[in-house]
Amino acid sequence: MPANPHNGHSDLGIGLGLRVPHYRHILEQKPVCDWFEIISENFMVEGGRPLEVLDSILEQYRVVQHGVSMYFGNAEPLNRDHLKKLKRLAKRTNTPWLSDHLCWGSVGGRCSHDLLPMPYTMGVARHTAQKIKQARDYLEVPICVENVSSYAEFRQNEMTEWEFLCEVVEQADCGILLDVNNIYVSSENHGFDPHEYLRAVPHHRVGQIHIAGHSRLDHVILDTHDHPVPDPVWGLYAEAIQLCGNTATLLEWDDRIPSFDEVHAEALKANRYLHEHAHA
Amino acid sequence: MSTPTLKKMRLTSTADLQQLQRTMADALMQPLTRKDGLSPEVRAEEFITPNDRLSASQRLEIYARQYWFRLLDCLHDEYPALRAHLGQRRFHQTCRDYLAEHPSSSWTLSQLGSRLPEFLQDDAARDVARVEWAQSQAFEEAWKKPLLIDDLLGRDPASLRLGLQPCVMLLQLGHAVDQFITALKMGETELRGGASQAHSGASARGRVRRVPRLKRESVHIVIHRHDNRLYFKRLDREAHLLLSALRAGMTLAEAVEAALADASPDKDWSALIRDWFCEWSALGWFCHPSKNPPN
Repeated sequence: MPANPHNGHSDLGIGLGLRVPHYRHILEQKPVCDWFEIISENFMVEGGRPLEVLDSILEQYRVVQHGVSMYFGNAEPLNRDHLKKLKRLAKRTNTPWLSDHLCWGSVGGRCSHDLLPMPYTMGVARHTAQKIKQARDYLEVPICVENVSSYAEFRQNEMTEWEFLCEVVEQADCGILLDVNNIYVSSENHGFDPHEYLRAVPHHRVGQIHIAGHSRLDHVILDTHDHPVPDPVWGLYAEAIQLCGNTATLLEWDDRIPSFDEVHAEALKANRYLHEHAHA
Repeated sequence: MSTPTLKKMRLTSTADLQQLQRTMADALMQPLTRKDGLSPEVRAEEFITPNDRLSASQRLEIYARQYWFRLLDCLHDEYPALRAHLGQRRFHQTCRDYLAEHPSSSWTLSQLGSRLPEFLQDDAARDVARVEWAQSQAFEEAWKKPLLIDDLLGRDPASLRLGLQPCVMLLQLGHAVDQFITALKMGETELRGGASQAHSGASARGRVRRVPRLKRESVHIVIHRHDNRLYFKRLDREAHLLLSALRAGMTLAEAVEAALADASPDKDWSALIRDWFCEWSALGWFCHPSKNPPN
């Protein structure tokens, strides 16, 4: 796997999201799994079972933190309380890198708990990059930002999503968590070419890749993480591996979660593309 | 809902970005219509573009629904006993009213229901909600290194201050909520278990089941965590006063005096207090006091 500054020069392979329904299986059966991704916010608590489980997992497995509440795109400053707790958790997990989303989520003291789309302008890219740098300086861990799925676009947009992503990561000098399912979902919802998106991102900055399933409704695709990875997403993943090299890959399955073995088997399908690339 | 200039506004400053985000947040957090649609007051076309399949309002509505359903699901999972007490429909409307008045103000959803108990007008419902909120806190709060009974022996009560574990929750109630929740748990498996606080999202709405009666009764209870499971324990009024006084930062001597100020002289309080301390120490409830005891 390509080690680069954005994933802490680590060499992780295929990982899974650590989810509550699998706790018992993992702790008792200790299945072979290269690494687990945790949702940071689920473990930014003072005590109780979440931290006890995490400590047990850390004894056996490598863990990478993935956040949902840093909101680099908020107009307002980073939340100090959140950052402080995040840093404390990062010391506990020794995560080689941290990821969160290229989005906004709260304003004026009200939180949406959603990954809301950004207006794509140069000024907003500059503002967002500045906040990523501030977070990295405080946390002292490499940061990868993830492209989100979106269902709406702002009238104020001045560039494409991938142009905005490139601006942000170049100005912040940070990594990318490339979610190929999100690229596919947004391409269908907004009518752009996902391959053009893939070709445009700076591949040397990709520290991690997300794969997942989604739900297709009449007029929109929702990023639901409740299905196996569909073929078009595997296709984008194969292309991403060709462009970026073998990269730490994680399957997200967050709703209607099947057994650990089923989720793990789905994730391991990524091996065929990683191996193809290695032998190409 | 939106400023008249927003449609033509270019984002040239952080203040502009903030205005746009405020406008979108206002739109998402407007209560949904009866059919879970976007409020007709929202002028989505002012800042969202349509596409060939969906209008600006329909695109924004996806986010509005996600916002409301996610937060309602959270309260649904956080307050199962209140849901049983009020009934599905009344609980659901109460949560919508609550969220309209108290949108989430924290980055963590675990704080979403913090003000629900005080929001409720009905005494019985408020007691149930207070207990469920205390359960959430007991599950997540810290467990510090406990003091053992040997740590307390020989200490001067006039100067000894003891802390209570942050995950020990003391409640004085007008209803027997502990019995109510225990009876509910015996009748179903959906109520909060000790081993998980995850918001499953897959909630079993609409199931009809017999709800036990919530008796009016003055009770003092403690909710505590042991091996990551939550337990209720009833306390004598004086025991409750004593623990509350210790948590407030009083010395042991002051706390005992406060607890027994109106106590019956017919009981052997010395023996009772000794037994209480043995039990509470064995449960690990005491720890070193924090520098800033709660008021």
